[in-house]
Amino acid sequence: MSKLGDLGARLYRGEVGYDFVGKRFIWYGVSILITITAIVALAVQGLNMGIEFKGGAVFTTPKTAVSVARATEEAQKASGHDAIVQELGTGGLRIQISGLDTNDAAGVKKQLATDLKVTEADINADLVGPSWGDQIANKAWTGLAVFMVLVVIYLAIAFEWRMAVAALIALIHDLTITVGVYALVGFEVTPGTVIGLLTILGYSLYDTVVVFDGLKEGSKDITKQTRYTFSEVANRSINGTLVRSINTTVVALLPVGALLFIGGGFLGAGMLNDISLSLFVGLAAGAYSSIFIATPLVVDLKEREPAMKALKKRVLAKRAAAAAKGESVDDEGNEAGDAPQVVAQGRSGRRR
Amino acid sequence: MAAPKKGRRPTGAQGRPGRALAIILIAMVALTAGMFLTKQTTPRLGIDLAGGTSITLKAKSEPGKPDAINETNMTTAVGIIERRVNGLGVSEAEVQTQGRDHIIVNIPKGTNEKQAREQVGTTAQLYFRPVLAFADGAPAAPEGTPSPSASSSGAPKAEGSGKPGAPASPSSSATSQGRVLSEALKAPAATATPSPSASESKKADDNKAPAPTPAPSGVEAAAADLQAKFAALDCTNEAQRAAAGKGAKPEDATLACGKRGNTWGKWILGPAGVAGTDVKDAKGVIDSQRGQWIVTMQFTDKGADKFAKITGELATKQMPQNQFAIVLDGEVVSDPSVSQALTGGNAEISGGFTQQSAQDLGNMLSYGALPLSFSEDSVTTVTAALGGEQLKAGLIAGAIGLILVVIYLLVYYRGLAFIAIVSLLVSAILTYSIMALLGKGIGFALNLPAVCGAIVAIGITADSFIVYFERIRDEIRDGRTLRPAVERAWPRARRTILVSDFVSFLAAAVLFIVTVGKVQGFAFTLGLTTVLDVVVVFLFTKPVMTLMARTKFFSSGHPWSGLDPKRLGAKPPLRRSRRTGSGSVTAPVDAKEA
Repeated sequence: MSKLGDLGARLYRGEVGYDFVGKRFIWYGVSILITITAIVALAVQGLNMGIEFKGGAVFTTPKTAVSVARATEEAQKASGHDAIVQELGTGGLRIQISGLDTNDAAGVKKQLATDLKVTEADINADLVGPSWGDQIANKAWTGLAVFMVLVVIYLAIAFEWRMAVAALIALIHDLTITVGVYALVGFEVTPGTVIGLLTILGYSLYDTVVVFDGLKEGSKDITKQTRYTFSEVANRSINGTLVRSINTTVVALLPVGALLFIGGGFLGAGMLNDISLSLFVGLAAGAYSSIFIATPLVVDLKEREPAMKALKKRVLAKRAAAAAKGESVDDEGNEAGDAPQVVAQGRSGRRR
Repeated sequence: MAAPKKGRRPTGAQGRPGRALAIILIAMVALTAGMFLTKQTTPRLGIDLAGGTSITLKAKSEPGKPDAINETNMTTAVGIIERRVNGLGVSEAEVQTQGRDHIIVNIPKGTNEKQAREQVGTTAQLYFRPVLAFADGAPAAPEGTPSPSASSSGAPKAEGSGKPGAPASPSSSATSQGRVLSEALKAPAATATPSPSASESKKADDNKAPAPTPAPSGVEAAAADLQAKFAALDCTNEAQRAAAGKGAKPEDATLACGKRGNTWGKWILGPAGVAGTDVKDAKGVIDSQRGQWIVTMQFTDKGADKFAKITGELATKQMPQNQFAIVLDGEVVSDPSVSQALTGGNAEISGGFTQQSAQDLGNMLSYGALPLSFSEDSVTTVTAALGGEQLKAGLIAGAIGLILVVIYLLVYYRGLAFIAIVSLLVSAILTYSIMALLGKGIGFALNLPAVCGAIVAIGITADSFIVYFERIRDEIRDGRTLRPAVERAWPRARRTILVSDFVSFLAAAVLFIVTVGKVQGFAFTLGLTTVLDVVVVFLFTKPVMTLMARTKFFSSGHPWSGLDPKRLGAKPPLRRSRRTGSGSVTAPVDAKEA
């Protein structure tokens, strides 16, 4: 870990740096590729919508000796609908019957209790009408829209509109990736998933905001100097906050991961699992996008500004002049195209 | 990042860390004490953790009444559903509106789920029925099946006018009561007058024509049956009470229980004369002349006709048959007597109302006029066993998540991690005690998603510390000693923490406002913990950091403090003044030199 700490120091001083901004088109490409994959997966496979969206019932039984295959058969016979049965970590069964009306569910429950030799009172039932999911989805969309509008306004005030736009694009990007993963892997989409997805909103932006904050600070008074262009400063900011970003992401992922595996291990699918799964995917995507997408986007928007163009010109001119004099100039992070740099240091600041 | 001038204080808490710490300590002690004093030492568990049934209802908008779904109607509906559910003999059932058009009904374990769903799902039914007989709630003498055949023929009898009024006191003998009843019961059937119509609303137009008359023999049998049941009925018994008026059709006579003052009474009621849908509006208002609370009613045109008719009939009778009962879902909520025919569509009920009871009755009557029907969106039944398992899984997951975070912090931040851990602990204590107190305060119930939210929040809270610690370390890397580093790092870290926590809070708030049911628990916890995160960082972490900076362990940069300048790669101070010539660009100037 102290290696990482050391890396942090070197990142902070700019001794080590990865050229995130310069290589942004690679990452844009990667993201576009992922997004296309997500859209294709969504179009071809579609999402595996849970009972909550189709209407139906989920029964959870206590420990029973009846096998999954038997239980599936019995459940289908009892309900006249398709049933999916999973065994839970507790030895109980989770029986999902789609298309079952809430009115018929009581009878099916009774029948299941008889067939599986458990008492009716011990069976948990989760019955949902088909319109329930629509409502949740509607509310989710409303929530999404409201949040996006508010957050763009807020970021535009707290930072500037370019950052707000970049953050929004990064956010949409995260949601697309998360939904894409769901389509691709075929995880079931439940209200829990929707909750998780909505939570990603806040989280994804949390990371982005931390990076932007560093960028805002770093680029203050930028026009008063001629050593660095905006993109170079942005790149340094990303590198400077890299350790922070990694740490916050890791720390956020740890509890969610625990929730995902414990929730899944103990209870099979369920609310805990659903929320944590979408959070896990979304958090990872959020960390990626704040570094590789959001900040480079800000750079792209920012470099269009006349002031920044002028700055770039000045910086390049100064470098050219220095080069002509044969001086070694600070040319690292030279706009687009540089390889990742580990710049050797002449001085001995890093004894250990 | 204009360099702070000397002497400028970036934060008010800086100089007096003790005060901030005292505030948060007092808050913690107060909350914890409050928790023990109110005996709310654990958060109230939601149905999905405690076991029970949770029913989500959605109000359906009726065609032609687009505005029917409004706050008042929803609140009234909640009140009525609450009465129904509690009529099942369930305690602690909670009914609340959520969002604009949802009602969540949570019924704790041990209830008849089927019955509950039946009770909850149906539309409230409000009828005005003529009173045929009344007695105190307790069952009368056992001999409850007197001779209903006393006057067996369907011969039309004069309405109850000549009969002795059914005694309103329990002292009356069962026989006399029975006789009166059978007479009274026959009256409507034979003369067809007291009840304007069998199915009031649809056939309201046929009002003038005599209502269809059921076969007298059927009435006889029904009368006998009713009398027997009436005699046996014990309205002080909850189960019997709930069953008494259940399933009664508006066109049939029925039994009903209800409260009269503080005691239960029981009634035999005739066919419904006016339905709740016939009431246009009703309000509990204060009558300034008499200085008492009354309930005013305004009927629709059809309702006015029917009401005029029924009151016309009733006014000619004696106690108790000059009364009509307002029956809501089979329970008598009021039984005013009538002294004259009330025409014109307006009426008032007076006598013995308090402000509360007048307004309640007004609401109920209005509610009958604006029927909201509900559809069942979801029903979740959880046995306590599974709920307990889920809670256990959630808690284990939380513990493991917490341990992982602690380990990560310890490995990475060493001594600093202890400050983070204690801060997390403070945050946990505040969260827990507030949750426990809110259980009583605003009916907050910890459900599974809320547990989930609390676990996720561990990460958010720890994030803030990381932001601050990294800032401090950056300052140390710039060659500062710890004390100035801690103070200089704070204003910047503070801004980052506030901005990002605001975004988290915004997400939680939006989620809370637009969602229904379980999701709200998650959003609530997330919002609460985000706010607490800010509180803890400002009032605890920062002041503690200031104090710690004074200790030798930290300020000397002990290798295990997490602030070892060497390890952090700090430049030896004064080696070079790094800010010359670079304006205020953070990027180090001396990154490279030949």
